[in-house]
Amino acid sequence: MDFNPNLSQLSSQCGEWLRGSGPESDIVISSRIRLARNLADFPFIRRCTDHDKAAIERSLREKLSQSESLQNLMYLDVSQLDQVDRQFLVERQLISRELAESEGARSAAIDTHEQYSLMINEEDHLRIQLMKSGLDLEAAWDQINEIDDRIESCVNYAFHERLGYLTACPTNVGTGMRVSVMLHLPALVITRQIEKVFRSLQKISLAVRGLYGEGSQAMGDFYQISNQITLGRSEPELLKQVGDIVPVLIDYERRAREYLVKESQKDLHDRVSRAFGILCTAQTISSEETMHLLSSVRMGINLGLISDIAIPTINQLFIQTQPAHLQKIRGAELGTADRNIERANYLQRHLRKGGLDELEHN
Amino acid sequence: MKCEHCEKPATFHITELTGSEPVELHLCEDHARQYLSENEEETNVASNSLAGALAQQLKLGQTAEELARLDKQACPICGITFFEFRNHGRLGCPHDYVCFESELEPLIFNIHGASEHRGKHPKRSVLGADLQTRLIRLRRELKEAIDAENYEEASKLRDEIISTEKQAEGGKS
Repeated sequence: MDFNPNLSQLSSQCGEWLRGSGPESDIVISSRIRLARNLADFPFIRRCTDHDKAAIERSLREKLSQSESLQNLMYLDVSQLDQVDRQFLVERQLISRELAESEGARSAAIDTHEQYSLMINEEDHLRIQLMKSGLDLEAAWDQINEIDDRIESCVNYAFHERLGYLTACPTNVGTGMRVSVMLHLPALVITRQIEKVFRSLQKISLAVRGLYGEGSQAMGDFYQISNQITLGRSEPELLKQVGDIVPVLIDYERRAREYLVKESQKDLHDRVSRAFGILCTAQTISSEETMHLLSSVRMGINLGLISDIAIPTINQLFIQTQPAHLQKIRGAELGTADRNIERANYLQRHLRKGGLDELEHN
Repeated sequence: MKCEHCEKPATFHITELTGSEPVELHLCEDHARQYLSENEEETNVASNSLAGALAQQLKLGQTAEELARLDKQACPICGITFFEFRNHGRLGCPHDYVCFESELEPLIFNIHGASEHRGKHPKRSVLGADLQTRLIRLRRELKEAIDAENYEEASKLRDEIISTEKQAEGGKS
């Protein structure tokens, strides 16, 4: 493990879930699985003393770093990171908001390809998460299952014969597994069908969340669909439950896009072009407006209304224009007003070249 | 006891926990159904959260005294009270699933629609669970002994922890 991490190294790379490749990647951004695990010989986090937390952190970190099969991990002492760095990791989805904002000894081990990360002392002692670009749940499960087996070979997990893996919150007991797929659904939002879709998902015990998980708004028309149930079904059954619904949602979104192209082509083209125009020329712009406009541009590229800009470029702009990312790229702490100017400059630099010429020719 | 709204016997005893003080209601079946359906919209929203699911479980069939007694129950291993769990929605240690089993069972069923794990098992045996649980208790007692400046007791506990850790390590397969 690398104990002297350089987070700036991460800011220059794209990260697995934003690669924009993989099956169905025009609509499915990423597939993610997380497993919740606890050590059998310590209380859960809520009843841990500072001493317990430090002992758990030390013990898990030592075991993870000794495991030969878990190499290329970048180890981060989250309690020592400043606010911008913690926020930066949350924006990249490498750590959770809960880990960033809680207190006491806690850490994260991040695979240098940003495919998986291990969080120590989050809501549970250990949270393992793995991300894949596009729709690729089976491969994600095979990989995370193997990581879990390797860790389990040197750690005693809290496990109950009847209830399975024991977790701090009974909502995660059993498999401790949350399978989620992040989708970009702008046409369902424009055609106002999204609420209807969500209501039917809730009826079949699937949860819908925004880009940054629980309680976050659906910024940029990104939605995460995940299982709510963790007990009474095997891991492959849970994968299937989420996996089976994704093609249905993809189909709805495609049909909504076709409808928009057919019924209101001019309006749609206008929306996409205006969004692109603002992103290329704004002098100051908020994160929220950026996400909203990038979402239209992303759909425009997928529908062939804008060419010369690749989806991965747009995916990357979604993340690089987030507050902590802008500050890391600039190398300075910036207040909201300065960030909005910096963001506008950044967008101009990355979108004007090529994209505008193309728009003018149309 | 009669229903609060009619002459029929009260068969439903509901403790409403949404306000600052618990409110007891004694209702016949018809009025209980009416009362619960009035709250349905609210309940549906609440049932998405753990606390909501729990409140739903506890609302039916428990008197304020029963609830107060239940709230005081504490886990002998980690010391968490049921009240603390009910308020924060997080358990204190793996043993809570055993010591609060009868209270958690309906809650778990409500959340998952199931009560038995059907997924993967750790490859090695989990026979050392008692030792692991004992370690949690001993570490807590050690902290309490130190806090109380009872150093003789603390020293004994420290020895016991070391020997239990060794046993637990040795038990690994």
